Amino acid sequence: MKIRGKTWKFGDNINTDEIIPARYLNTFDADELGRHCMEDVDAEFPKKIADGDVIVGGKNFGCGSSREHAPIAIKGSGISCVIAESFARIFYRNAINTGLPIVVSLEAARDLRSQEEIEVDTVAGTVRNLSRNKIYQADRFPDFMQEIITAGGLLNWIKKKGLFKK
Amino acid sequence: MGKTVTEKILGRHVKGGKVSQDDFIFCRIDMALGNDITAPIAISEFEKAGFRKIFHRDKIALIPDHFTPAKDIRSAEQVKILRDFARRYKIRHYYEIGRMGIEHALLPELGLVGPGDVVIGADSHTCTYGALGAFSTGVGSTDLAAGWATGHCWFRVPKTLKFVFSGKRNRWVTGKDLILYTIGQIGVDGALYRAMEFTGPVIRKLPIDDRFSMSNMAIEAGGKSGIIEPDEITWEYVREHQPEQGVRKIEANAEYLKSDSDAEYEKVYEFNISGLEPVVALPSLPSNVQPVSKLKKITIDQVVIGSCTNGRISDLRVAARILKKKKVAAGIRCIVIPATQEIYRQAMHEGLIEIFLDANAAVSTPTCGPCLGGHMGILAKGERALATTNRNFTGRMGHPESEVYLCNPAVAAASAITGRITHPEAV
Repeated sequence: MKIRGKTWKFGDNINTDEIIPARYLNTFDADELGRHCMEDVDAEFPKKIADGDVIVGGKNFGCGSSREHAPIAIKGSGISCVIAESFARIFYRNAINTGLPIVVSLEAARDLRSQEEIEVDTVAGTVRNLSRNKIYQADRFPDFMQEIITAGGLLNWIKKKGLFKK
Repeated sequence: MGKTVTEKILGRHVKGGKVSQDDFIFCRIDMALGNDITAPIAISEFEKAGFRKIFHRDKIALIPDHFTPAKDIRSAEQVKILRDFARRYKIRHYYEIGRMGIEHALLPELGLVGPGDVVIGADSHTCTYGALGAFSTGVGSTDLAAGWATGHCWFRVPKTLKFVFSGKRNRWVTGKDLILYTIGQIGVDGALYRAMEFTGPVIRKLPIDDRFSMSNMAIEAGGKSGIIEPDEITWEYVREHQPEQGVRKIEANAEYLKSDSDAEYEKVYEFNISGLEPVVALPSLPSNVQPVSKLKKITIDQVVIGSCTNGRISDLRVAARILKKKKVAAGIRCIVIPATQEIYRQAMHEGLIEIFLDANAAVSTPTCGPCLGGHMGILAKGERALATTNRNFTGRMGHPESEVYLCNPAVAAASAITGRITHPEAV
């Protein structure tokens, strides 16, 4: 899959309370959650972004709560992909299980600035910086996780394998 | 090379009976927990996927504890989703308010989790049950739906970091201080993807409630789990908290509940805590830790004593001991939230509730409430809270420009009296 968009850069340890504050967790409607994505960090963020844009985080992106509302809010806001130096483990699971494209790339996370045009190739594992004509390598997913991603998320993978109780 | 307790427990839950670090496993689970925030998504995904059967009606817990008693119409609707699903699938462990407690205090109390179990919960603080010697970890809602349908969860077998606590544990220093100190040392991603194993002479003497506080906050260091090998203190708790259905065996000498002496650890941290005093985590990361005596003149607007970290009976006892015959400072709110109905009742029998009321503290029915900025004590712009909860992220308890400081129940109670962050010795 190729994803093209503009970057929005954030720092280290972006937590799930920042991605979607708990006061909105009395719903799991993607559009509604998307309208509040990252608003405690930048109140205008949900209005500023265009469909397909990319969030760039630092270390430990998505730390804190297990709320799947976090990847749902990101997707609902129109963001197409998150690039980070590292991800907190539950957010990482949630992204893979629910099909939010994420990219682990130290060099991309450190070098990218806000408002750059990039193209992410999730198959080749590359991030191309079109604004500054640079290319960054992404970490490969382990085969097991790639299998879940290819199947279209965890529940599809389970159905394909017939692992559920019948 | 020997195995860690984590590897041994996971090994017993997979085909072939053995696992190694970094293996990807599809692992049998003994309990799969969801709450009123995370379970509605799991139920929706379960149904959308077309699943028709759950793996076991006794091994699923649905605990409406976050926005309950329902704080608004939408929260009530979310609880209703849980209630209807529990009825449809005859799920035994669904608890209404009145029986309900904060999930991570309630499940151990009901004997639903214990040594050697593999537990997943769609709540990041599911790591709490590591205190009983379970492999227990937080997952997302889709993982939970998958767990209900299959009785399994996928994991990468974690590497283990070992934390050895030695020295003399000073008065007023609790499990909460040990874990905040640890997070302060290694950072909020210092244990990312890792199992944390807490051990050493200090841990072996540490009361069970303090152990729950420690394991509870493993996630605040990025940890996958925070396990303590079961010992006599654990088994005493297990004996006192047998499940209503079935019997949990006391396996005091079981090999699989101990790490081998030649087990492989990624890193071993040795902490001598003789010089440690109670600590406070300043906004807005749990790793931002300072000794309480260094913090002078930090005024507060609200104190919260409760949560899955510190809402247990021993937490309430120490808070009551400090608040006895004292008053919460004028202009300060102090909210006490017993973590379960049972803890509430016990606190009442022991006269603790009366002490809180006499001190002008407010006592709430069990709820996660203010800890996550849900309800029951939300902060206005510019306000500052001192809380025995687990997270002090920006806006965690309310307005994005409010602040949360984290501490143990003794510091919280002492500070409620003075209106500023205070060492318990000073009151």
